[in-house]
Formats: sequence, C-alpha cells, structure tokens
Amino acid sequence: MNPAGGRLGTVALLVPAALIAVLVFVVPLARLLGISFSAPAGPFDAYTHVLGDDIYRQVFGNTLLVAFAVTTIALLIAFPVAFALTRLRGGWRTLVFACVLLPLWISVLVRTFSWMLVLERNGPVNRLLVSSGLVDAPLSLLFNHAGVLIGMVHVLLPYSVLPIYAALVRVDPSLLRASEGLGATAVTTFLRVLLPLSSRGVATAATFTFLLSLGFFVTPALLGGASSMTLSMLIDSFVSDRLDWPLAAAASVVLLAAALAIVAVASRFIRVSNLARVHR
Amino acid sequence: MSDVRFAGISKAYGEVRALHPLDLDIRPGEFLTLLGPSGSGKTTLLNICAGYLAPSGGRLLVGGRDVTRLPPRQRNMGMVFQNYALFPHMTVAENVAYGLKVRRLPKREIARRLDEALHMTRLDGYGGRAIRELSGGQQQRVALARAIVIQPDILLMDEPLGALDRQLRKDVQLEIRRMHAARPRTTIYVTHDQEEALVMSDRIAVMRAGRIVQVGTSVELYEHPVDTFIARFVGESNLLSGTVASIANGRAALVVDRLTVPLEGRAAEGLRAGGQASALLRPETVRAQAGGLEARIVERVYLGELVAVRLALAGGHELWSRRLAGEWVGGDTVEIGWDADAVSILPSASFED
Repeated sequence: MNPAGGRLGTVALLVPAALIAVLVFVVPLARLLGISFSAPAGPFDAYTHVLGDDIYRQVFGNTLLVAFAVTTIALLIAFPVAFALTRLRGGWRTLVFACVLLPLWISVLVRTFSWMLVLERNGPVNRLLVSSGLVDAPLSLLFNHAGVLIGMVHVLLPYSVLPIYAALVRVDPSLLRASEGLGATAVTTFLRVLLPLSSRGVATAATFTFLLSLGFFVTPALLGGASSMTLSMLIDSFVSDRLDWPLAAAASVVLLAAALAIVAVASRFIRVSNLARVHR
Repeated sequence: MSDVRFAGISKAYGEVRALHPLDLDIRPGEFLTLLGPSGSGKTTLLNICAGYLAPSGGRLLVGGRDVTRLPPRQRNMGMVFQNYALFPHMTVAENVAYGLKVRRLPKREIARRLDEALHMTRLDGYGGRAIRELSGGQQQRVALARAIVIQPDILLMDEPLGALDRQLRKDVQLEIRRMHAARPRTTIYVTHDQEEALVMSDRIAVMRAGRIVQVGTSVELYEHPVDTFIARFVGESNLLSGTVASIANGRAALVVDRLTVPLEGRAAEGLRAGGQASALLRPETVRAQAGGLEARIVERVYLGELVAVRLALAGGHELWSRRLAGEWVGGDTVEIGWDADAVSILPSASFED
C-alpha cells in the first residue's frame, strides 16, 4: 500500500467514530450552549439566575462538598484495598479483585435501590445497630448526606482503587523493605516512600472520582433528601418540573465548566491520558 | 562490630523445607560469604538475618543478644539489595541520608556522615544527582553508602554485583575488599559466583538444598573439599569416580573402571572401604610426566599465559589440565602424571538433587 493510501485508510477507520462523536456529542453540546443563551428575558438571564440565586448557589456548594467528601472517603478506603491487592496472591487476589470490579457490572439503579433497602429505618443495618446496643434509636441513613455518601462511595470505589493499584504495583517491594531496614517505621515508610511513589495514581483516582461525583444523578436523587440536592438533581427539576430549558442548559454549562476547570488544574499534576491507562 | 550466631535456624514453607536447621557462627569483623546455586537457601538465610523473613525455628544472636523476633528497623543492619532498591524519587544524598534522618540525628551530624559516606564510596559531588542519571556502578556505590552510613552492626549484601559487567565487577570486588580491610565490619555476602567468593571472603559457607555443606577459608575449600559438590562448585575440577580399595593413615586408593592403576590420594572424611567415591584432580596438578599414564590431547584452549588441555585417557576418561603454555608443546600423544598429595579422594555429595 502506498503512503497516501495508508493515510486515507487510517482516516476511513476514524470516520464512523468521528460521525458519532459529532452527532451525539458536538452537536448536542453546541445546541445546549445555544439554548443556555436563549432565555426570553435576554441571553444572559439564565446565567444570572443560576449563579445569582442563593438557593442555587447553595446547591452548587453542596455538589462540590459532596464530591469532595465522596472523593476523600473513597481514597481513604481505596488505598488500603489497592495496597492489599498488590500483596495478595492467587485465589485471594482474584476474589478481592472480583469484589472491586463486580459492582461495575451491575446497574447503578439496582445498586442504589439495594442501598435503600439496606439503609432504611427498619433495614438490616439499623436493626443490627439497635439490637447490638450501639445506638438507642434507629439512625436516619436515607434521604440525607449519609445516604448519598454511602451510596456514591460504593459506586465510585472501583474508579479509586484501580488507578491507585496501577501505581502501587509499579512500586518495587524491596524499596519498602529497604526503608524498614534503614530504621523507618511503617508510618514513615508510607509517608516518605509509598505515598510519593504512588502520588500520580492517587491524583488520577482523585480526579476521576471527583469528576464522576460532580455529575452524579441517580444515587443522590434516590438516596438523598431535599437538603442534599446536587446540581444534576437541580438540572433535572428545571427540565421536568419547570420545563425551563434555558435554565437547565445554563446550569449544565456551569457544571461542564467546573469539570473542565478541575481537569485543567489536575492536568498540571497528572497527564489526562493516564486516565485511559487505568484498566491495564 | 558484632558477632552473629545462627543457632538451629530453619525455614519451611508448608511441606517445603527452604532451610534445614543449621548452625553458623560469624566472628566480629569477619567477611563471610554464603555461596551456593540458586535455590540453595542463601538469600533466605540473609533475609532471616535482616529480619525480612521469620525463621520457622531456631534463634539468631547478634553480639550475644537474641534478635530473632526483632523487626528489621530495630536490628541496625545495613542491607545492599540485589537491585539496589534505591528510592527513585530521591537524590543520591537523600537516599544515603535516609537512614540518618529516620534516626532523627542532628542536621550537622547527618551532613558530616553523609559527606564521609559519599567520600568513602567515591561519590563526592554526586549528592544532588537523581538516581536515574547514574550508571549501574554508581548506583551500586550509592546502595553501599546508604547501607554503611548508618554504622550498622552487620553489613548484608545480596548479590550486589550481579547487574554489573565483568570488568566493573572485578574492580568493585577489590574495592569492597579494600574497604573491608581498611575498616573491618561484620559482613554477610551472598553470591552464586565462586570466583567472587574466593576473592572477597575471609570465610565461605557453601550452601546446597537448604543446608550448609562446608564452611572454611578459600584455601580450605579449594584444597580440602568435603565432597564432590564442593569440589565442583569451588574452582575447576576433574573428578573420576570409582570404588574405594583401601584406606590407611589418611590416604585412600580408588579403583576406577577401565583405568589400569588405582588412584591414590588424601582420604576425605566419610569414606568407606568398598564404597563409591571420586578422585579430585585440580587441572593445575595434571602435568606432563615421562613414564606416566598415556593420554591423547583432544583439545587445546589458550588462556594467555596458561593453556588448558583436554586429555583423553584409556577407557574413555577425560581430564583437563591447565599449565603454563610451554608444557604441552609437541605431539598429541603424551605421558601425564601428578603428585599423589595433590589428589583428594572424596565421598560423593551426600544429597544429590
């Protein structure tokens, strides 16, 4: 094949994907941007509304807070799991890996409903807590921050574990032994050797988890209450309750801009292309 | 500087015995090498000493103190790893000073000992370098500096020269030896390279299949191996197997199949009249000798000032001889001999695997 034909062939390979990307991504996004400036009261009316209203600002704040909390909790759980995965061998390793990955294969909706059953006032968690005497009255674990955090951490945990695992398997175990042999405690070894050498993986996991939690809808909508409303729930209510498309579009653009800003900041520390390397 | 005593140390993984219970004493300031093929248990023993592995049985005493249950960080041992295990995110100086920083020494003391260690390993001026900028030999020296800067009671080295090329390896061997001579410190050195062991060690413990087969100086191992395994593993050897005809006054005679005369030599321990044994003839002892055994030269290998010659004896036996190049000039049919004192009659290795 001559070089020109080769290049043409390569272009041909990309055509279907490019068409899809334009049709389902670029066009709707452009349309969304257009709608956001199409409020009857003027092109920037929707934005002044979304950004100016105290209640909406509170929802923005809440969304960021939830995303931050979910990311923090997920990282704290994911790091030990990922580290354990690097030390396990054979069947145990397969088992833990399955536990990490299996939830990815089950619909988020199914998992969220399951959490509702588990966390409800008379659900197994509360019955266990009350009968063991740990608490006097059932805890309210649903329709508030607690429910949202539990549900979202569970859904997003694989996205935290895998990048950290990918970083930790590349850390030579003899480095940890060297540190210990030189007199370092486990905490010092963690802080001065293990963490610095896996920091890219941790940053990747944090970015991944944070971005996904920003736009999460199903889980906060089902497990959260009115007080724990997030941006995606707000957008949904703009569309389905108020039928205010420009407002919904403006809120979406704000969410998108926030996400892009985070990627921009994160890319100073990690390469975004690393996100694609996670599943190897 | 401390002495080390392995007392009945053993290690088993389930049914698999990695180390049979063994005893080994290392004197203060001694350079002892654990020599053996892979899987012989030498690295297992080193890791037990460092505390990275818990023994299944036995006790480890350092300077008379029982350290068997002590975690590695409390043992004050310096370890040089096979792959160096240098911290890639730290500079040379940060690597070397790591053990001092975690000990929370005063800054000035750290700086002083860091300079001293860098100087001793000829790394002056390299403190600010990143690890990946260094050659293999330089990385090896950083690993050594990091291990000795903490003034360890014992220095442990796990095949530290394995990744270096041959010439560099020889230089570093002599350098480590010089450093040890200038400032003796109890050292346990692991290698599978017998030449390295012979060059560097005060004593060598030869290991095989989880046991120590023989402990001795280079000369003792070379001249008085306890069995055929040691003979084969330490130095070049010709071994002819046969049946012990007689043992008397520390000498034995071995009847070798299809060889007209019995071979006489020093009897090693554990020989039994009528039992199987082997005669060890080092290549440098086999020489041309008028009136000796008839042999034919089948191969000549020039080694510079020496020449190695493969000799075929009657009955299909072969011997290698390694002598000064002038010795084997002339025709291919020769008469050969050796001093009976230079021959050892050895029992076959007790546990072939």
